[in-house]
Amino acid sequence: MITEPADGVPRSTPLRAVHESLGATMTEFAGWLMPLRYRGEISEHQAVRSAAGLFDLSHMGEIAVTGPGAAAALDYALVGQPSALAPGRARYTMICVPDGGILDDLIVYRLEHTEYLVVANAVNTAVVAAALRDRAAGHDAQVSDQTAEYALIAIQGPHAARILASITDVNLDDVKYYAGHRGIVADFPVLLARTGYTGEDGFELFTRPGDAEGVWVALTRAGGDDGLVPAGLAARDTLRLEAGMPLYGNELSLQVTPFDAGLGRVVVFGKPGDFVGRAALAERAQAPPQRVLAGLIGASRRVPRHGYTVTWDDASAGVVTSGAPSPTLGVPIAMAYLEPAVARLAHDDAAGPLAVDIRGKHEPARLTDLPFYRRRR
Amino acid sequence: MTIPDELRYTAEHEWVAINGTLASVGITDFAQRALGDVVYVSVPAPGTRVTAGEPCGEVESTKSVSDIYCPVDGEVAEVNADLEDDPALVNSDPYGAGWLMKVTLDPDADPSGLLSADEYADLTKDSE
Repeated sequence: MITEPADGVPRSTPLRAVHESLGATMTEFAGWLMPLRYRGEISEHQAVRSAAGLFDLSHMGEIAVTGPGAAAALDYALVGQPSALAPGRARYTMICVPDGGILDDLIVYRLEHTEYLVVANAVNTAVVAAALRDRAAGHDAQVSDQTAEYALIAIQGPHAARILASITDVNLDDVKYYAGHRGIVADFPVLLARTGYTGEDGFELFTRPGDAEGVWVALTRAGGDDGLVPAGLAARDTLRLEAGMPLYGNELSLQVTPFDAGLGRVVVFGKPGDFVGRAALAERAQAPPQRVLAGLIGASRRVPRHGYTVTWDDASAGVVTSGAPSPTLGVPIAMAYLEPAVARLAHDDAAGPLAVDIRGKHEPARLTDLPFYRRRR
Repeated sequence: MTIPDELRYTAEHEWVAINGTLASVGITDFAQRALGDVVYVSVPAPGTRVTAGEPCGEVESTKSVSDIYCPVDGEVAEVNADLEDDPALVNSDPYGAGWLMKVTLDPDADPSGLLSADEYADLTKDSE
């Protein structure tokens, strides 16, 4: 079992001892003690881009929604349409509040016809489980927070498939992007999904907590000669930022709708029946956007960070949601919410007076299309 | 974590090596570990006056940015030009090739407020 939280003491994943034996710098994240980095986040990032990285994601929340009414309950609870998923498939989706604000972004797996697994961000797991319970009332469905019953290990990067293929009975060629299969890795039963948060091909393996170390060690052995390295949360953050993927608490929050985040496509208005947030989101879908999520590239070496003000002609024009020195591009990159008018001006005038207030000094920046990085296929 | 005996330290995690009227300044092993991979270092140009306890530059890492607090009063004599191309020297050799700047001490500069290695070790031992 994963350790239950005590007052003020972060929860540990089943792989804590492994991380410590690898010399990881540990950090508290969303109430969990997690590896921030091992050798160094830049080399870990580059390994994921060029070979493969191994991540412990056991802090992520797993919430089971089961029963004959599970599909209908999730269609009502989420903005997507889980009832339309074939068993064995998964979808990126969101759960919103009635005013359209984002409660969390999620991946929903349909494991069997009447069995779903909802994967939530660690910081939101309890809130999402409570909302799902609330919204499933009146449906013939059970909602159960099973976070403590799963460990989650990701292997990501161009070599991930061939490393994993050497120790699993699953034919990975049959596992499409956003598909999930039950199978065996080394000697351990897993739910194996072709998903990730790095912009690379890769897999996420849901295991029993007691099997996590065995799976980790087996992958480490299988990938040791193929460039596989353990990678921490610091590398995960720069990888997802380069890939233009939003992070809850940065790009996503109760204050923004999926449309603000440029992710209006996840909202399925065509599904039957009502869903939480439908009316407000329908209004937002028609209205001109209040803000635009944009990509920025810094012209100096100083890095725009979360919360910094974006300016146009020295007047406030938006706010940075995430920023980091990009290990792949070698320049500072950031995502920011901009006023739509400024986003248009900056788009038309690449040399215009767009800047980020970096601790009192306005450092020039230019607009760029997201993502910052797209892998070659 | 390394804390060389012969250096002096600040509570803001700079180290100082005083040699006559010249003080070499860098950030500690503790600081570079906390920052993670350093990608950019900014220090004042030679000739700039610096004041003990005042921010005089910054260190950018992947995850964060930190002020550099000048440990002594004086004038910047030299900056480590190698960091321009290889800021990771701050991580790999914080007390050696990763030095940040050298400061010519004012005649009346009083570095007695700086911490000894033992005092700095006490300061950081709870955070390890």
